[in-house]
Amino acid sequence: MSPHSPIIIEAGRTEAQYWQDLWRYRELFYFLAWRDILVRYKQTAIGVFWALLRPFLTMLVFTVVFGRLANLPSEGNAPYPVLVFAGMLPWQFFSNALTECSNSLIENTNLISKIYFPRLIIPASAVIVSFVDFLISGFILLGLMAWYDAVPSWRIITLPIFIAIGFAAAMGSGLWLAALNVKYRDFRYVVPFLVQFGLYISPVGFSSAIVPERWRLLYSLNPMVSVIDGFRWAIIGGDVQLYWPGFMVSFFLVNLLLISGILNFRKVEKTFADII
Amino acid sequence: MSDTVVQVNNLGKTYTLRHQPQRYTALRDVLTDSVKTLGRSLRQRKNVFRENQNQETFWALKDVSFNLKAGEVLGVVGRNGAGKSTLLKLLSRITEPSAGRITIQGRVASLLEVGTGFHPELTGRENVFLNGSILGMSRVEIRKKFDEIVAFAEVERFLDTPVKRYSSGMYMRLAFSVAAHLDAEILVIDEVLAVGDVNFQKKCLRKMEDTSGKDGRSILFVSHNMGAVKSLCNSAIFLEKGQLIQHGTTDAVIEAYLASGEDEDSSQGEKKWADLSKAPGNDEIRLSAVRLLNPDGKIQSSFDPAAPITVEIDYCLFKKVSGFRLTVEVSDLSGVILFASTDHATRPPDSPPGCYRSQCHIYGDLFKPGLHYVAIAIDIPGFKVILAETKFLSFFIESAGQHGSFLPESWPGVIAPRLSWELTTLDN
Repeated sequence: MSPHSPIIIEAGRTEAQYWQDLWRYRELFYFLAWRDILVRYKQTAIGVFWALLRPFLTMLVFTVVFGRLANLPSEGNAPYPVLVFAGMLPWQFFSNALTECSNSLIENTNLISKIYFPRLIIPASAVIVSFVDFLISGFILLGLMAWYDAVPSWRIITLPIFIAIGFAAAMGSGLWLAALNVKYRDFRYVVPFLVQFGLYISPVGFSSAIVPERWRLLYSLNPMVSVIDGFRWAIIGGDVQLYWPGFMVSFFLVNLLLISGILNFRKVEKTFADII
Repeated sequence: MSDTVVQVNNLGKTYTLRHQPQRYTALRDVLTDSVKTLGRSLRQRKNVFRENQNQETFWALKDVSFNLKAGEVLGVVGRNGAGKSTLLKLLSRITEPSAGRITIQGRVASLLEVGTGFHPELTGRENVFLNGSILGMSRVEIRKKFDEIVAFAEVERFLDTPVKRYSSGMYMRLAFSVAAHLDAEILVIDEVLAVGDVNFQKKCLRKMEDTSGKDGRSILFVSHNMGAVKSLCNSAIFLEKGQLIQHGTTDAVIEAYLASGEDEDSSQGEKKWADLSKAPGNDEIRLSAVRLLNPDGKIQSSFDPAAPITVEIDYCLFKKVSGFRLTVEVSDLSGVILFASTDHATRPPDSPPGCYRSQCHIYGDLFKPGLHYVAIAIDIPGFKVILAETKFLSFFIESAGQHGSFLPESWPGVIAPRLSWELTTLDN
């Protein structure tokens, strides 16, 4: 074992070893995520199938309501179910991650009050768990595309970029809410509302092309708009257009959210054990 | 190279007390409070940002300094709320100090609770990995020690059973076993030995003693169990009201701790109330003094296990009281009531006004070593309580031995009476 440099604990000291610690505790990160995934699929009778069923049913409902009843247009020549699913995939990831992340600290109270580790691990591993669900439900999309014979273009290789943006958006807002949730428990009630509300103001069931041109920049203030649009752009291909000014706005906002989320989290993190 | 592994300098920690019954802050209250404060200060033209009257700063730990050397086992003793847990939390970096500095040389593993992070749905095997990583072990390390951990806990057969189906004993054994195999240079332990059956406790103590001798591991050990502190620690510190009162050899510190008593002078062996009007009781009966006596009639608070103890109670009646009784109740450090005794049957039904002295004789060879509390109560059964049982005195029983074993081992049970044994050879 390498010789340790002494650890110094002092009032108000921003630990220089924080990021180093984060690396040292990477296995805990892995184990926490592993625990949550294991427990999740152990407790449900239908296990992994649940991760597939939920988005699939939602997709059916949205296709019927928006595609058939409201008769909204699809994007390019994509079948409506593919359009819906390409939007729902990132949205469900975002909303699950946000919910799990904001509750993660409260749910791990016993760990926080008894053991030291960089607290950032907890919300981060919560997001990872949602990410696993996301990957699983991604298979439905593959199935849908095979069913409709939709071959993706070269743009599919840019998908990881949009996944990363979605990840950052979930993480950024999740960190804010997680930290606030420790101090003000009423945020517990805010999150489900936020998620439900978000579903309607994000282009999940419809294409954001139906939003009037002059409102689109404003619409892009919702960072998930660009993530969803990006998903469609990358997956559906063809003549789907990406609204670049909006994308830049979202991209900027997501970064701001993530960075401020981390900074705020780091600032209040030290008090968690005292107030949780 | 200095062999000091933990250096604590003027350490302090404050908490903000809110005089509100809530467990946590609700944003709603913060908003309404600030509106209220704003309204009040507008009316009174005072500074909006003045200190909230509902808050008070409280030093849970103040100006604490000590060193822990490599291989040293340091006991931390003190009453509830003395700051022991706060100290451990600071050392294990769970919370941040408000003042002072701690310098740590090496890896710290803290055991503030056994089985932190155990998940009931997961199997024993899964929990070993999870708990191990929570306590700071790497995966490779856990895999290497896995068999040892499981063998130590004696749960081999139940490895693939979810721990929710474990008996509480198995659960604790497994949890403790993981902790006992930690490889840190510095171990911070809080009261965790208070769990599990006695045999397993002994095994754990031995395991920790082993490791502490072998690889120079340093241990900081908090416990209410003076026996454990005495047998494990080379030295000890005594905390009271957040301050370090004494740092020295284990025996000296334990003595100081016990002498400090529950509140001011409960272990002086005597408690007197000079001003009778403020003494415990009501306008019918009040105590004037309580004391513990040895067989020679001397006031004492530390006894040999074999010595009988007399509880003497002086009290005054201000009017004629019918049908009341005195009760003496003895409890141990963990709060278990060992027994209670009353004079009800031996007392005449009516007592005229005046001052009295009652003595309760407790025979020797009864208590286990350690600290005990004596509570006194006065009531008229079925009618009213004149003095609810209150712990006025405490006494310490020195060294073991009376339970019949000649080995200096810890012994199960809350009391250790000397009973008579008889041996007869039978003709076959």
